[in-house]
Amino acid sequence: MSTNVMRPTPAAIDAPTGVRRLLDRTDLPQTTLLPGHRQIYTRPGSVRRGRTHLIKLVEQAGLRGRGGAAFPTATKLRAVAEGGRRSVVVVNGTEGEPASRKDAMLLQVRPHLVLDGATHAAASVGASEIYVCIDRQNGACLQSVGRALQERRQYEPDAVAVTLLATPPRYVAGEESALVHWLNDQGSMPQYRPTRPHIQHVGRSAVLVVNAETNAHVGLINRFGAEWFREAGTEQSPGTTLVAVSGAVERPVVLEVPLGIPLRSLLHEADADSDPQAILLGGYGGAWLGAEHLDSLYCNEALRPLGASVGAGILVVVPRVACGLSETLRIVEWMANESARQCGPCAFGLPAIAKDLSSLLRGSHDSRAILARVKERCSVIEGRGACRHPDGVVRLVKSALQVFSDDVEAHVGGVPCVAAGSSRRWVAVPAMEPESDLVWE
Amino acid sequence: MKKKVDQFVLRIDPILCDGFGHCHELAPELVRVDEWGYPIIDGRPTPLNELGIVKSARLAIRGCPRQALAIEYTRSDQ
Repeated sequence: MSTNVMRPTPAAIDAPTGVRRLLDRTDLPQTTLLPGHRQIYTRPGSVRRGRTHLIKLVEQAGLRGRGGAAFPTATKLRAVAEGGRRSVVVVNGTEGEPASRKDAMLLQVRPHLVLDGATHAAASVGASEIYVCIDRQNGACLQSVGRALQERRQYEPDAVAVTLLATPPRYVAGEESALVHWLNDQGSMPQYRPTRPHIQHVGRSAVLVVNAETNAHVGLINRFGAEWFREAGTEQSPGTTLVAVSGAVERPVVLEVPLGIPLRSLLHEADADSDPQAILLGGYGGAWLGAEHLDSLYCNEALRPLGASVGAGILVVVPRVACGLSETLRIVEWMANESARQCGPCAFGLPAIAKDLSSLLRGSHDSRAILARVKERCSVIEGRGACRHPDGVVRLVKSALQVFSDDVEAHVGGVPCVAAGSSRRWVAVPAMEPESDLVWE
Repeated sequence: MKKKVDQFVLRIDPILCDGFGHCHELAPELVRVDEWGYPIIDGRPTPLNELGIVKSARLAIRGCPRQALAIEYTRSDQ
């Protein structure tokens, strides 16, 4: 053993007791650096008690993926572990959702927590390598993780090899199959998977793709146990989660809250407009939720019946002065442009929906027919892409037509909408890249 | 005793599909087309004893210029 390998005393830490677990004790200095991090979180012991121990622990904890689909993490781990072949772990920190900064924030504030979790996950499935994937345009994040990896090589050289990769800055590039395809030196475009769950491969190794935040939770579960993990959250959605709140708020924030917190308290904690018109949940492929549902709880089992979900941990608050239809239109236009244009229903359907919404917004002599056509197109497109990109847009549009039915009625009836003419925008949609500049690499 | 497969679903790879529309011509019972000419296949399984439909499904698979179609056999008791 070389002398610079740091061995902190394992007794130095207690499990975080509050609802801030990932972001516990951020007031301590230098917790982004490895020595500071190791004062709070000991070095993960090797998973010698048998690989299945951690998988069992994650299963008992009931951890579900925090990247959007809320898939049970233990099922994923088990599928790759039982494959019995070589495997790699991919930490998905691409975060293509423009309204989300939760993974970026976590990777900057607690890079080592995510890396610890990835190390555990790698040990539990017997993976030989870890790839950390971060959007190429997210320079701060790349820098922070790059520095973290350098520290690890210096202090803990015997750990699993970790490679940092900068992924193409596309919305769908972070989709699991697109990411794996890109890792195989091919285009970062979603792939067709006839059967799910479907184990993908990089070279000849099976791949375990886990969201950055989920990795951090895996790390915590291995340290403090499944029972501790279940102390926060609900029976079906245990644990805490990161939420990026933006829109009508004092300032956009990323919060850590227990799953199952009432939406109203979540808004209060974020210093958001306490009487909004609606909120956007889950991301750009998520759903709108009207203000009458604000007493609902923030967890999938409560939101699913309302047509929404926790998704990728995004909450955008839209105030009463805004026009919900114009906010939706800007998202749909951007999402249509971000389509990989591989599948007909997505490549042609999404721009058609965007155009319909735009003519609804501007007003037209046959608005009623257009409204009927949007609904028809939505139901035709749903479920016919290789990935869930078109389904997300359809969900968003369907929920918008429902939640903003007053706005829609006003536009269809030819009543000019005050908010639509205003330059104030609430949902931050990035500038659209011209189609010629969209490079798929 | 294990039951044999007794039904099928026509599956399409939406990435390969370029909307030639041959499948709609060859298997109208199974495939509709949308306004852009791309096939719509509902996911409901068809019993294998519907020989006419099975035949048109096979024709559609062979007739697809992009080879985007496939038959997935399933069992009704699952």
